[in-house]
Amino acid sequence: MDCKEILALLPAYVDQELGVSESIEVDNHVLGCLSCQNELASQNALRGALKKHATYFKAPNHLENHIRAALPLDNAHSGRSGKPALKWLGPFNWFSFGTAITSVVALTLSVSFYLAIPSPNDLLAEDVVSNHVRSLMVNHIADVTSSDHHTVKPWFNGKLDFSPTVSDLTAQGFPLVGGRLDYLDHRSVAALVYRHRQHLINVYIWPVANKQNIAVKTLSSQGYQLLHWAEGGMVYWVVSDLNPRELLFLALILQAQGSQGSS
Amino acid sequence: MAATEAMKARRFEEIVLPHLNMAYNLARWLSRSDQDAQDIVQEAYLRAYKFFDGCHGEDARAWLLAIVRNTTYTWLQQNREHVKNTPFDEEVHGLDSEGSATLINQADNNPEAILARNDDKRQINQSLEQLPLEFREILVLRELENLSYKEIAIVAGIPIGTVMSRLARGRKMLLEYLARINEGVK
Ligand SMILES: [Zn+2]
Repeated sequence: MDCKEILALLPAYVDQELGVSESIEVDNHVLGCLSCQNELASQNALRGALKKHATYFKAPNHLENHIRAALPLDNAHSGRSGKPALKWLGPFNWFSFGTAITSVVALTLSVSFYLAIPSPNDLLAEDVVSNHVRSLMVNHIADVTSSDHHTVKPWFNGKLDFSPTVSDLTAQGFPLVGGRLDYLDHRSVAALVYRHRQHLINVYIWPVANKQNIAVKTLSSQGYQLLHWAEGGMVYWVVSDLNPRELLFLALILQAQGSQGSS
Repeated sequence: MAATEAMKARRFEEIVLPHLNMAYNLARWLSRSDQDAQDIVQEAYLRAYKFFDGCHGEDARAWLLAIVRNTTYTWLQQNREHVKNTPFDEEVHGLDSEGSATLINQADNNPEAILARNDDKRQINQSLEQLPLEFREILVLRELENLSYKEIAIVAGIPIGTVMSRLARGRKMLLEYLARINEGVK
């Protein structure tokens, strides 16, 4: 390796992040190269100075108490008083979900089983849930109530700058209840309402500038199940208190309908 | 396997709460304000609890720091006009370091000499604070929190190659800042 290649590896070398054989190459080169030796020394010196002099800010004492008070954690620092923690949202069993899912579905969709780091998407998920809850609570589930997609689809004309795919999925066990306009991600979106047994499902659809497809992701928030994907320039959010397996089934149907083109 | 809420709270207490100092240090370095850092960390812990499923185990540290980091970014966007002092395209300026290396390699700018003259807490802190956010966070995670490249990649949501190039670039910039401070002192 020449000096340029060695210099590119030096940061990882001083951080001990290089593989054994690369480390040996750097060792050997540095032994015989004064300029790389200097560069190595300066990088080590900088690291040492940072570790020695940069302030490590410790959390003020009251911060832990504030956090404990805001969470269902015991307020005593011991954390082991007999008092039971508050009941929060109902537990959700991801493991039985995993075993119930058929292998075909598992291959078709990349489902994330573990809750991810809250990203902008997770924050959007919270909005989706609030929206869903509001639509149920104020008894304003639909602006246009019809199980006929030939009625619901034209209703959106002129109200949105795109035309959502609307299908009646009664045959698949998800009758269409209706549609309404809603507001998510700083824009007007189509909300389609489907029903499965006694569960209502909101399907939010809106176009995205970035045409990238996103595989189905599952999330749960505030006791609700959410699915999210993007396909054909449209982003989809599905939310319900329905169990995730059946919700995923709906997602598969919607994806199949979407790829057949709107009806 | 369904964990009760009490179990969740206990697991959270055992594996997430102990990282409070790390969380605070990161938020403090990113926000550069004590009060902001307290608000950010508190919000981050509420989010962490909400998203906690008890399964993170050894990754809890990186996971929590990622939440702190994302919370800080959102917080800064909502509460301050501009987050990034200097947008910097490392894909263009990345590892091809000949240009920036020349300054450091000049005889009168010998980095070890600069560091020796800058052997001072205030100057090191000041330089690190001046660093643009996307470099500062990587250096804080590496040098103060002692995270591996892989953990940093998780926290900052960037590929490992980008971690490496940002560290390289961040260290060079830091040396340049120190040199500049040093010239001002002379
Ligand atoms: Zn060399």
